Amino acid sequence: MIEQLRDHHGPWYGGYGGVFMPEPLMAAIDELAQAYEQCRTDEAFQAEFARLSRDYTGRPSLLTEATRLSERAGARILLKREDLNHTGSHKINNVLGQALVAQRLGKTRLIAETGAGQHGVATATAAALFGMECVVYMGEVDTERQALNVARMRLLGAEVVPVKSGSRTLKDAINEGLRDWVANVDTTHYLMGTVAGPHPFPEMVRDFHRAIGEEAREQTIAMTGGLPHAVLACVGGGSNAMGIFHAFLDDPEVRLIGLEAAGDGAETERHALSIERGAPGLLHGMRTYLLQDEDGQTLESHSISAGLDYPGVGPEHAWLHDIGRAEYQPVSDAEAMDAFLALTRAEGIIPAIESAHAVAGALRLAKEQPGATLVVSLSGRGDKDVATAGRWFDMLDEGAQQT
Amino acid sequence: MSEASSRTGSRTGSRTEAAIRASGDRALIGYLPVGYPDLDTCVEAVLALADAGFTAIELGVPYSDPGMDGPVIQAATQATLERGFRLEELFLALEAITARTDIPVLVMTYWNPVLRHGVDRFAERFAAAGGAGLITPDLTPENAAEWLDAAERHDLDRVFLAAPSSSDARLDGVIEASRGFVYTVSTMGTTGTRADVDLAARALADRIEVRAEALGRETLRCVGVGISTAAHVRQVVDYADGAIVGSALVRALGDGGVPALRELADSLVVGTLDGGPAGPASAQKGASA
Repeated sequence: MIEQLRDHHGPWYGGYGGVFMPEPLMAAIDELAQAYEQCRTDEAFQAEFARLSRDYTGRPSLLTEATRLSERAGARILLKREDLNHTGSHKINNVLGQALVAQRLGKTRLIAETGAGQHGVATATAAALFGMECVVYMGEVDTERQALNVARMRLLGAEVVPVKSGSRTLKDAINEGLRDWVANVDTTHYLMGTVAGPHPFPEMVRDFHRAIGEEAREQTIAMTGGLPHAVLACVGGGSNAMGIFHAFLDDPEVRLIGLEAAGDGAETERHALSIERGAPGLLHGMRTYLLQDEDGQTLESHSISAGLDYPGVGPEHAWLHDIGRAEYQPVSDAEAMDAFLALTRAEGIIPAIESAHAVAGALRLAKEQPGATLVVSLSGRGDKDVATAGRWFDMLDEGAQQT
Repeated sequence: MSEASSRTGSRTGSRTEAAIRASGDRALIGYLPVGYPDLDTCVEAVLALADAGFTAIELGVPYSDPGMDGPVIQAATQATLERGFRLEELFLALEAITARTDIPVLVMTYWNPVLRHGVDRFAERFAAAGGAGLITPDLTPENAAEWLDAAERHDLDRVFLAAPSSSDARLDGVIEASRGFVYTVSTMGTTGTRADVDLAARALADRIEVRAEALGRETLRCVGVGISTAAHVRQVVDYADGAIVGSALVRALGDGGVPALRELADSLVVGTLDGGPAGPASAQKGASA
């Protein structure tokens, strides 16, 4: 009997993952790993997490059949509506779980990195809810393209620190967050926003998002009488994808498809295709697929979507890729924006640009497999992206651009 | 120095250890980014430190994601990367330096560049270029098997970090795996004062000495804690075996070139001398052993 893929735990996923951290953080990482191990099996912890997920986040999230989009695409498209969660994306699942862990560890300060700002907003929300101090590190480039989320975080009482080093995007925000953690580890929990970083983060973050897939699997069976042909999700670090894939890992008939951001196009040098174009290496405490040059310097990634603009990927994805259980495909900025508009116009649902990559993957797959049932992780809503989309589609009136 | 006799059974092979001992366990180690601001100036800067009387050099490899570096060093390494630094420059710099001075040159590098180059290939070329060993901030002993094998094969020092938060078991691992010295770090938290940091570093240096003795090892401890003056140097070498100066040197080199660096270096070296003006408590060194 082969081990069930669903039962796989960190720190290693094949040759990926591990704990590659500076010594000053090893005690905190060990402490966190032990605390999480206890929380995993602690009934009181799990009950409190379930209560918050239900009463605060609004779980279970809906599974919506996108009938008009399905008709046009020629496949049956079901949307897992994480965009309807409180704060507008799947990120809240993980944040509430980690805030509970931090509370158990006696930490009073949460720090986080954010790309699109969704994880920062979620962390600031949890900090408000738990009465904790909050500092969010955000690349300067991202604070500019996601100004609305910066204001949301500040309204919630968080300090937002624009990161000016390196490429001034998500990876540099993580570096700055880790530096803060080194200096303030006694009081502070680093609230990693994706299934990346050193163990236990990839496993812990995945577990807090597992409900996405568990609900989607049950809801799909209830709605269609069987399992879907494929489950699709966008992959930056890969947290919504791991969350929705996990319940289906041991259903070999279900294709699991991660959509990486191809930026200007998979054939160009401006993309965020960590798995397709990267090579194994170390970044942010883990071994994984990484965009890097011959000298092992991390390369800058490019995507219209700040949340997918990351040159690495969670180690469990790297492993699922290598063993062939999941497939990873590119979606360019242009394809994602076409899908963004298609969903918006067909269903009245404005997706986050991140999630639009998954929609694009579904529209493409519908052509290959007409009539198939496709579950799409709609990981977030597009309110934050209205300005970007308005510019992309040239829908902003002259002089009406407010900051 | 009372503990000197306990060190007579030392391992051979480490030029760094020999140099630290030759300093009377009052070593001064200077950090500079390799290739900053350019290859030639970097070489001249290292030679200036050697000439001023530094014990060893720590060359930092510019890296895209330097999670452990402070703002001054980050700015310098980022500028170096932006002007087109390639890893080949490290080997060129090492050859140029070791052709002109015998000072041990250690290299501080994040691990991915070494991994990408190939661990053994890197170690072989590094040794051939005259390098003394590596300081590895994001590689802890439990992940270092391949590196330790290569270091053994090529007779290189391997310097691992110890932190105030490290458990005794982790300290033991660091002590067992290290050769050259143990890099004793203590960070300036947002609320930490200079005095707090010194206390933490001193306590850690003492713990390492106790653990090393229990393991039957003779471990040298060098401390890097935002040292920028001769008085800091003196304070540190009174309780540890060496002081590591980084940001202050980088700032001097960036602001005033090699002459400014040399001036600062000369002033720092004074801190290693016994019985200087601000030299209290050198008798306390090793008191906990």
